[in-house]
Amino acid sequence: MSKQIGDVILDLQNISLRFGGVKALTDISFNVREHEIRAIIGPNGAGKSSMLNVINGVYHPQEGKIVFRGAQREKMEPHMAARQNIARTFQNIALFKGMTVLDNIMTGRITKMKASFVEHALWFGRAKKEELEHRKKVEEVIDFLEIQHIRKTPVGRLPYGLQKRVELGRALAAEPSMLLLDEPMAGMNVEEKQDMCRFILDVNDQFGTTIVLIEHDMGVVMDISDRVVVLDYGKKIGDGVPDEVKNNEEVIKAYLGAGH
Amino acid sequence: MLYREAGQFKTTYAADQQLFPIRQDRLGVIALLAIGFVGVPLFASEYWFSAILIPFLVFSLAALGLNILTGYAGQLSLGSAAFMAVGAYAAYNFQLRVEGIPILVTFIMAGLTAAGVGILFGLPSLRIKGFYLAVATLAAQFFIVWCLTKFPWLSNNSSSGVISTQKMFIFGHEFDSPREKYLLVLSIVVFLSLAAKNMVRSSTGRAWMAVRDMDVAASVIGIRLMPTKLLAFAVSSFYCGVAGALYAFCYLGSVEPDGFSLELSFRILFMIIIGGVGSILGSYLGAAFILLLPIFLDIALPFFANLFGLPFSTATVSHIQVLVFGSLIMFFLIVEPHGLARLWQITKEKLRLWPFPH
Repeated sequence: MSKQIGDVILDLQNISLRFGGVKALTDISFNVREHEIRAIIGPNGAGKSSMLNVINGVYHPQEGKIVFRGAQREKMEPHMAARQNIARTFQNIALFKGMTVLDNIMTGRITKMKASFVEHALWFGRAKKEELEHRKKVEEVIDFLEIQHIRKTPVGRLPYGLQKRVELGRALAAEPSMLLLDEPMAGMNVEEKQDMCRFILDVNDQFGTTIVLIEHDMGVVMDISDRVVVLDYGKKIGDGVPDEVKNNEEVIKAYLGAGH
Repeated sequence: MLYREAGQFKTTYAADQQLFPIRQDRLGVIALLAIGFVGVPLFASEYWFSAILIPFLVFSLAALGLNILTGYAGQLSLGSAAFMAVGAYAAYNFQLRVEGIPILVTFIMAGLTAAGVGILFGLPSLRIKGFYLAVATLAAQFFIVWCLTKFPWLSNNSSSGVISTQKMFIFGHEFDSPREKYLLVLSIVVFLSLAAKNMVRSSTGRAWMAVRDMDVAASVIGIRLMPTKLLAFAVSSFYCGVAGALYAFCYLGSVEPDGFSLELSFRILFMIIIGGVGSILGSYLGAAFILLLPIFLDIALPFFANLFGLPFSTATVSHIQVLVFGSLIMFFLIVEPHGLARLWQITKEKLRLWPFPH
C-alpha cells in the first residue's frame, strides 16, 4: 500500500475568526495535501470544529486567505462547498431523523441530481432514470459500509455507532474529493472504533479521498494520520508528522499542563 | 396473514422504488380508486355527494397542501385558508375576465396565482423558524382577506366581496349535478395526490425533509435553503389554491372573503395534526376525522339516546357532540401523537407478523 501524497490542495493562510469579542481562531495557517489524512487535534474548545466550519463555508473568517485547488476563495456559502466536492460529518450526529438510512444516503447525492420538481411530480423525463442510477451508487456505499440490513430503517431508531456510520455514508455518497470528519469515533467502543478506522483508511486508499479529521483518541490519530496539526485556545501550537508532534514541548504542555 | 409481504422479492431497484412496493398496498389502492370512481357514483345519494364527499375531498387537498409545507418541509403555516381564498378568487376572475378559458386551465391558473402569493409570504421563512414563522404567516391570513374585501375589483364589485361562481364546462359538457362535480373533484385530487407522492419520494421531497430535520446539515450537503423552502411554499400554496377554487366552484358555489377566516386555517392545521404530520395518507385521514366525525355524532347520538330512552333535546345533543369530539381529539393525540397515519402504519406492521407476536 504505497499511497501517493500529492500537492497542496487546500491552503489556509493566517485565518482569524471572531464571534463578537470571543476569538475562536487566531492567525492559523496550515495546508492539506491531496490524498493525505490530516488530523486536527487539541483540547476541548481549541477551535477544531470552528476550523472545519471555516473550511466548508459555515463560518466566515474575518481575516486570512483560503486557497482551494489554486483558486483563492471569496465569501462562500455551505452549499457551494458541497459543489466543490467537500463533504463532512458532524460532531453531534446531524442525520435527517425522520428519513430512512437509504433516503439519508440518497440525500448525499442531491447535488448530482438534475431533474426538476415538475419532472418529479409527473415522474417523467430524468426523474425515474436518475433515481435508479443514483440508487445504484448509493447501494455501493451501503455495501462498502456494511449496512445493507438497515437500509430501510429510520435513522432515529439506530444505535449511536451505526448512526455515525450512516452519516459517513451520506458524506461518501457525494463522492467527495475532500472529506471533513468531526470526531467520527467519539463515544464509540473499541470494536466500533476499529471498524470506523478501517472505513476511513479504506476510503482514503481506494478512492484517494483527502481526509481532514478531528479526533480525541490519540492512539487512533497517531496511527492513521499522515500529518497532524495541534490547536490550543484558537492558536496553532504544533504541526507535522505524528512523531514530531508527539515530542513537541508545547503540545505536551497543552495536554498535560505546565509546570512539571 | 392477509397483509404479508413474504415471498415478494424485489430483484431490481425499479421494483423496490415503485409507488407502492407491497402488493397488498397496490391492490388496496386500486380497489379504493375503483370504489371512488365507480362504486360511489352508482350508489351515493345527492346529499352524500354535496354534503360529505365533495367537502371531504376538497379539505383533503387543502390538508395535503399544508402537509407538504409543514409536514415535509417543516415550515409551520397558519395561512392555508388565505391561500385557498386566493385560489377561489383567482379562478373566479380568470373565468370572468378571460374569454373562453377552459375550466381546468382556470384551476391551474388559480393554483399558480396562489403559488405566487405563497412565495411572497414564504420569504420570511428564510430568516425565521417555527412559531415565529407561524405568526408571520398570520400576516398572509389577515392581509389577503382584507384585500379581498377592500378591493371591489377582485369580486367584480359585488357587495361585501361575495362571489358566485360561474358554470363549469369541459368539452361543451356542463358539470352541474353533484355526481359530476364529485367526479371532477375526485379526478383532480387523485392526480394531485399522485404528484405529491412522486415529489416526496424523489430528491425534491428529500430536500424538503432534510431542511425540516436539520437545516445546517442540509446546506452542507449542498441543498440551497432558499429555493428549497420557497418551492415548498409554492407547491403547498398551489395545492391550497386549487383546493380553494374547488371549494368555491364545486362545493359552495358562492363564497365570501370572511369564509376563509383564521378558523378555517386552524381546521386544516388540526386535520394534519390528527391525521399525521408528514404523511400523505394522514391528510385524508385527518380531513375525514375532522369533517365526518361531527356528522357521524349528529346521527349516532340521537340514535343512542332513543335506544336508552333518554330524552335529549337538540341543544343537549349539540353540546355532547362538542364534548365527545374534543375528548376524541385528546384521546388520539395521547395514544398516538404522530397521528392516525402512524396508527395505521403500526397496524400494518402488526398485521405483517400476525398471528405471531414477533
